[in-house]
Amino acid sequence: MSANANAAAVGAPSVVDRYELRKERLNTTVRYTLLIAMGLIMLYPLFWLIGASFKSNAEIFTEVGFWPSRLDFTPYIKGWKTSTEYTFTRYFFNSFLIVIPRIIVTVISCVLVAYAFARFDFWGKKILFSIMVATMMLPQIVLRIPQYIMFQHFDMLDSYTPLILPSAFATDTFFVFMLVQFLRGIPRDMEEAAQMDGCNSLQMLWYIIVPLLKPAIISVIVFQFIWTMNDFIGPLIYLSSVDKYPVSLALKISIGATEEVEWGSVIAISVLALLPSVAVFFAAQKHFVDGVASTGLKG
Amino acid sequence: MYENKRLGLLYCLPFVIGVALFKLFPFAMSFALSFTQFDLIEPPKYIGLDNYREMMTTDQLFPKSLGVTLMFVALTVPLRLAAALMVAQVLNFKLKGINFFRSAFYLPSILGGSIAVSILWRFVFAKNGLVNQAMIAVGFEPIMWLGDESYSMWTIVTLNVWQFGSSMVIFLAALQNVPTSLYEAAAMDGAGKTTVFFRITVPLITPVIFFNLIMQTVHAFQEFNGPYMVTEGGPLHSTYLLSLYIYDQSFKLFNLGYGTALSWVLFALVATLSAVAFYSSKYWVYYAGEKERS
Repeated sequence: MSANANAAAVGAPSVVDRYELRKERLNTTVRYTLLIAMGLIMLYPLFWLIGASFKSNAEIFTEVGFWPSRLDFTPYIKGWKTSTEYTFTRYFFNSFLIVIPRIIVTVISCVLVAYAFARFDFWGKKILFSIMVATMMLPQIVLRIPQYIMFQHFDMLDSYTPLILPSAFATDTFFVFMLVQFLRGIPRDMEEAAQMDGCNSLQMLWYIIVPLLKPAIISVIVFQFIWTMNDFIGPLIYLSSVDKYPVSLALKISIGATEEVEWGSVIAISVLALLPSVAVFFAAQKHFVDGVASTGLKG
Repeated sequence: MYENKRLGLLYCLPFVIGVALFKLFPFAMSFALSFTQFDLIEPPKYIGLDNYREMMTTDQLFPKSLGVTLMFVALTVPLRLAAALMVAQVLNFKLKGINFFRSAFYLPSILGGSIAVSILWRFVFAKNGLVNQAMIAVGFEPIMWLGDESYSMWTIVTLNVWQFGSSMVIFLAALQNVPTSLYEAAAMDGAGKTTVFFRITVPLITPVIFFNLIMQTVHAFQEFNGPYMVTEGGPLHSTYLLSLYIYDQSFKLFNLGYGTALSWVLFALVATLSAVAFYSSKYWVYYAGEKERS
């Protein structure tokens, strides 16, 4: 039957082609319309947030339009000052004090462990790998209370250690898994050549594996950055002094701090709080789509 | 070199220590603590099954919170996966600017977990908020989303469904791997679009649906920021998810024994559902190359 259809198509190419072309064009238009409409609906709240950050308190609750009637930066200035004794300069600085060390220890520990899992053969590897996959599905919520008790026992409460230390031991297993999968897809030719040249395993890791893993490592950095910036319950449980609060916690207390909430300021700071994540996301766009092959050849 | 077993174990050592210290030990400890009464000051006191008994009998909040959690998961996960698959299907086409759309739909997944977006959501669903204004514009009565216990659930469900982008990207990658020859063959046989979607596309990407289903379910059971910030668990505990209840019991009332028992109920739920999914997967998940063997 398909042979007949083929023959028919060959017999009358122009008519079929023109019909197909028109259908395809219509199809494309429908798809674009759908995508643009959906995109607008989805992103509108974010646009509204930006517009609202310039509005007065009264206008915020009555005006759904994007454009504010004025371009007033007072909400930003007021919000940045906060009603606490610290400004958001401090809170942003604190956020980076958590994020940057955490990213560094995550990348180092996860790359090492992924290297071991993807390339080496050792005792207990299969069991350890199964444990790793299982912990990806283990709800963090079950571990939270005992971890809290442990950190209290070691006198580490109200510091950044509980937020950073576990990541130094490759406990963010999602990243290990991602790196292992990525590494398994890379042929070992280059490593074999390097070994013949007398590379030891650490040199191999640094000169061959890490450059090959670059796109995956960038994904780890981006995700860890955004997840740590967004993390709320961690700082909420472990930090008690206001001077150590990261942005997420400071934003939360900016709502509860005074009787009359300055919504304009809260919105303005919300916009600023989202900026680092947006910036990192768009900066890494190119690398997200970068394939294995290109980096492998370049490296 | 790669045969050097000591070297491999050495590189794996951070994980061995980390998983023992920060995963397995706390896991065992929380199980043990769930049979105790513990307030961080006095040493834990063994009380047998009393915590679990209390949940089943005197605790009025537990059944409420459990019901709310199940409702939340049952609404969020299917809606989110359906949205992700539908948009991925529309995107899976030789479109110019596909990367632009992919990023645009991905953005909410990046930002959605933040406190800032939770604050934004309070405005989206406020009395004069974006949703109500849109509803008035098309002729509906506005709804007190945040104040009415029969609607409040939707505010946190939409916040999570809005973040479908992360699942969408995974679906899109899977859709792009479906061989075009299958679509051509189906078109030759005169199959309609719906038939092709449900008979060819969906069966071929079941492994990815399975993966997304498990990960999203585990994730949804732990949702915290949305209900904590948007609805504060209310009104009348209508959005009081178990994660909130565990937090309040453990870190506000310092009933850590009861808190761990609650978290074990949550864990048991997640584990049971995952086990069901894994067990049933052989009936509905298709793995390429398996058909030839049977």
